[in-house]
Amino acid sequence: MPTRRYGTGLAVAALAAGLGLAAPAMAQVKIAFIDPLSGAMAPIGEHGVKHFQYMIDKINAKGGVNGQKMELITFDNKLSPQETVIAAQKAIDAGARILTLGNGSGAAAAMIDFVNKHNDRNPGKEVVYLNYAAVDPAFTNDKCSYWHFRWDAHSDIKMQALTSYMKGKPGIKKVYLINQDYSFGHAVRKAANEMVKAKRPDVQIVGDELHPLAKITDFAPYVAKIKASGADSVITGNWGSDIALLLKAAADANLQVDWYTYYAGGAGGPTAIKQTGLKDRVFQITEGHANVNTPENHAWEQDFRKKSAGQGWWYPRVRNEMEMLAKAMNEAKSNNPKVFAEKLRGMKYKLIYGTEAYMRAEDHQFFQDMYISNLTPLAGDMKFDEENTGWGWRTAAKIPMGNTDVPTTCKMAKPS
Amino acid sequence: MLELVIFSTLNGVLYGMLLFLLASGLTLIFSMMGVLNFAHASFYMLGAYFGFQLSQWLNFWTALIVAPVLVGLIGAGVERWGLRTVHKWGHVAELLFTFGLAFVIEELVQMVWGKLPVDYRVPPLLDFPAFELFGTTYPAFRMFMLLISVAIFLVLLMVLTRSRIGLIIQAALSHPNMVAMLGHNVPKVFMLVFGCGCGLAAIAGVIAGPALVTQPSMAHVLGPILFVVVVFGGLGSLPGAFIASLLIGLIQTFAIAINYSLGDALASLGMARPLQGVLSDLWQVTVAQIGPVVPYLMLVLILVFRPTGLMGTRES
Amino acid sequence: MAITTMTKPASLPLDLAKRYGIWILAAAVMIVLPKIFTSGAALTTMCLMGIMIVFSLSYNMLLGQTGMLSFGHAVYYGLGGFLAVHAMNTIAADRLPIPLPLLPLAGGAMGLLFGIIFGAVSTRRAGTVFAMISLGLGELIASLSLILRGFFGGEEGITANRTKMLTLFGVRFGPQIEVYYLIAAWCFVCIIAMFAFTRTPLGRMCNAVRENPERAEFVGYSTQMVRFIAFCIAGFFAGIAGGLAAINFELMNAVNISGAQSGVVLLMAYIGGVGHFFGPIMGAVLVTLLQVMLSDITGAWMLYFGLIFIMMVMFAPGGMAGLIMLHLPLWQRGTLLRVLPHYAVMAVPCAMGLAGLVLLIEAAHHQLVKAASDGPAMKLAGFAFASNAAPPWIVAAALLGAGLWLGRRWAPRLTAAFAEAAR
Repeated sequence: MPTRRYGTGLAVAALAAGLGLAAPAMAQVKIAFIDPLSGAMAPIGEHGVKHFQYMIDKINAKGGVNGQKMELITFDNKLSPQETVIAAQKAIDAGARILTLGNGSGAAAAMIDFVNKHNDRNPGKEVVYLNYAAVDPAFTNDKCSYWHFRWDAHSDIKMQALTSYMKGKPGIKKVYLINQDYSFGHAVRKAANEMVKAKRPDVQIVGDELHPLAKITDFAPYVAKIKASGADSVITGNWGSDIALLLKAAADANLQVDWYTYYAGGAGGPTAIKQTGLKDRVFQITEGHANVNTPENHAWEQDFRKKSAGQGWWYPRVRNEMEMLAKAMNEAKSNNPKVFAEKLRGMKYKLIYGTEAYMRAEDHQFFQDMYISNLTPLAGDMKFDEENTGWGWRTAAKIPMGNTDVPTTCKMAKPS
Repeated sequence: MLELVIFSTLNGVLYGMLLFLLASGLTLIFSMMGVLNFAHASFYMLGAYFGFQLSQWLNFWTALIVAPVLVGLIGAGVERWGLRTVHKWGHVAELLFTFGLAFVIEELVQMVWGKLPVDYRVPPLLDFPAFELFGTTYPAFRMFMLLISVAIFLVLLMVLTRSRIGLIIQAALSHPNMVAMLGHNVPKVFMLVFGCGCGLAAIAGVIAGPALVTQPSMAHVLGPILFVVVVFGGLGSLPGAFIASLLIGLIQTFAIAINYSLGDALASLGMARPLQGVLSDLWQVTVAQIGPVVPYLMLVLILVFRPTGLMGTRES
Repeated sequence: MAITTMTKPASLPLDLAKRYGIWILAAAVMIVLPKIFTSGAALTTMCLMGIMIVFSLSYNMLLGQTGMLSFGHAVYYGLGGFLAVHAMNTIAADRLPIPLPLLPLAGGAMGLLFGIIFGAVSTRRAGTVFAMISLGLGELIASLSLILRGFFGGEEGITANRTKMLTLFGVRFGPQIEVYYLIAAWCFVCIIAMFAFTRTPLGRMCNAVRENPERAEFVGYSTQMVRFIAFCIAGFFAGIAGGLAAINFELMNAVNISGAQSGVVLLMAYIGGVGHFFGPIMGAVLVTLLQVMLSDITGAWMLYFGLIFIMMVMFAPGGMAGLIMLHLPLWQRGTLLRVLPHYAVMAVPCAMGLAGLVLLIEAAHHQLVKAASDGPAMKLAGFAFASNAAPPWIVAAALLGAGLWLGRRWAPRLTAAFAEAAR
């Protein structure tokens, strides 16, 4: 089965092949990365590949897992749930038992469903799905699965952190919600409505907008509506072109509000923010960023940027995921998902930022400190900018893990 | 409320005019040659990218002239060496040709300029607020876009009604065979129309690029709506396309401004909203969410009740 | 399909073999295929092919047979699929005594129902008006699918579990191989049914409506009625394909009902060849294969996809089936062997041109997309080179140029040989 290998991966593979001649051939632990690698979302998928390749190189440099090397194989799911199922099948065929996928809650839901059924129907050949970016809360609530682990904070956790931060901002009086009209946007909207009301009963929600996903070319009409509502802050889960276009239209109309976003930092986001001059007004909520001030983090960022043509380490969660995976496999002394999944449940892990985090056993959701940061011209101890704009993320607040502890409705069925 | 109405009208007219720039070329191509040009929006995208590249190398004003000419030449080339060969295999073949072309153009654009939006900026000369109303500014560049599209509409009207080639094109619209019999070089007229149509789309691209976002998916988003404009307005009718563009622009913009659902309407009539069944969602949907659906509904309805379209005189 | 005229039968078994041989062969191929391609991915791909064969054949009832160009055929496929998924869930929840193999019928019924509703609106006119109404309806339903979450499940869609249904003879349809045989059986039945339809008087009338609607009216048939019936039947089979897809993926979502899906089925039918019954079958197989495999082989798969279609449309307007049928007269005359050497000769410039083009695209793709982050070193078909150095570009240009030049030079000889053999 021909698969695409990327850059360093190629070099590593060549090297491994060279070594393979000398030493007895070593079995590889295959990690299948399934994400959009073509189409509009491809930049996000391709940058994800670099993250995983970087992690695998690091793990292999330390001797791999259980004496075996890890190998990354990549598949393009074109962001479609059904292509995801096909890609997963191809990955399993190629010998992968660890699947990872991030983007698109539709694709992720299909993946969870596929993995559940596959493991049910193929006892002894279990696979595990490591989720690094799909944040629909349902995946660790109603749809939770023993075979699914999530390292990104789901949208309710992020909203919990965001509203904790807003609690300390008396200047916020009127909030406007604008989200994409699909499951993730709905989740953000629902959480925002509930949590803002609970934490700041005095704040008025002056608008609650849903717009079609990735179809709007001109957000000016929406911005006119926000303006007319008299809002001082906007909460949005928009990503991709939907956030860039929204910010651009807002700058054109001279809309003076604070933006509380989930994904302003995504591909193209910082460029749009810089271009529209929204200094200090765009916030994002993440599990970390380039300018979190620890020497380890700086060293990590520097090394990665050197290897990826200056692009930043977007996903601290990929580091968490892969290091915990390697740890679980080594501790379980097995590369069999059925065995090492047990080790992942409830595993405690020390983040690069110095604090502790853990994988909750009840729902397989990772809990960690959250960071609210805003994009601003580099100053003081900020070391890294984004997309060569000269602007970087600066921590506005750190929300400790305890404040984001949302309950779960998950009733996990353990496989026999 | 008044400000919302004023700005929605402005935005709606602007969006409508942008649609018209694209649809004017498409309606000529479609009505004369019968080609459902699925790649038309791709030429709009090419215009935006060429505009971006040329304004990086030279400046925006040169780009505004040169980019449409380049795209027009490419369009003429596509007609001459592609479509003309395919023409003898019928309309479905032509359509599929443009289908494939749209794929190729999108992938080439992605290869050359990347998959992320490019930093295509408003020229400094026009980078100021044109006016301020109730605290909202309206960018000068948008006024400029409006001006350009109105100007092109007028020029197009003049050319079609006053010039000789315009008369031939008009004749070819309604009686293509007759025009050929009269000894005009119809393939040449086709090539000219196709090239000019692509050029017009490219002008729309050059001026829309900085105001909206220049990215590889920009063609996708506009594609099907153009057919709605052309068919709704009526085949072969430029005024029809003009009215349809404005109508769809205004409807889509105003739909966004209204927060009202069918359930609200029922509630105001004193009826409870049905909460059960698979269709229960229908009552919760607001007019704003319905907005993008409306054009297609209009398309189906007009074709069912008036197959010639709003101002058209023939069906195919 | 090869139609055998009833000549004097030499013996009964031989005659039967001649008449039904092609069907027996098709059934045999369907049964044996999974024994040859055993990997899970191959099985998944073959399941997809089976579904797409039914879907594209149903589409060809409109385009090829009745001359109706539709841009919204995925509506019936998608609605059929969604109903099948809901039916699966309901049957499993209420423990109804309905086995899985009958489920595609539910999808078919849904396709038929909406075929009747939308057909009544859209088939009153032919040509461009019909095409545009189908585009409008397609986009309308696709947009609605994101609004009516109860039925369509939004972006995520609706999932089901096929193994939770009544088991017949101990077959749970858990393993993919069992699903393959279910799909193959349905596919086989549908192919026969659709082929039989082309032989009915109504099927012939459809052709008449395509060729000359006025004369069809003179004969006494209402062209509108013929279009309507053909539309409904096409909707029915599209619904069956949707039901099969629902069983295969156990998942239906908005993509299945979108304009993109309608575009894909149009491509399949056309590339395969709308002029012959078996054309769409070949188209479905090829396009599915491209969709599943191409993106694994190259990053620029969309470019190849587009180029392949442009080439096909420009040089093989009859599709793959048209190309094959072009050689039928030669086969019958026994002169096919005479042109084969010429094909062999032509294969050389074709291969050169193709290799040059692929090298050009791959090198350009690497240089433009990947070189910035991964460096210029790349590999293609076992050769390692740098995309920023001159040699690969020179080689590519030379191959492409030589291929084109030789091709143009030698093409007349092939044409002459072909004409000679066909005379």
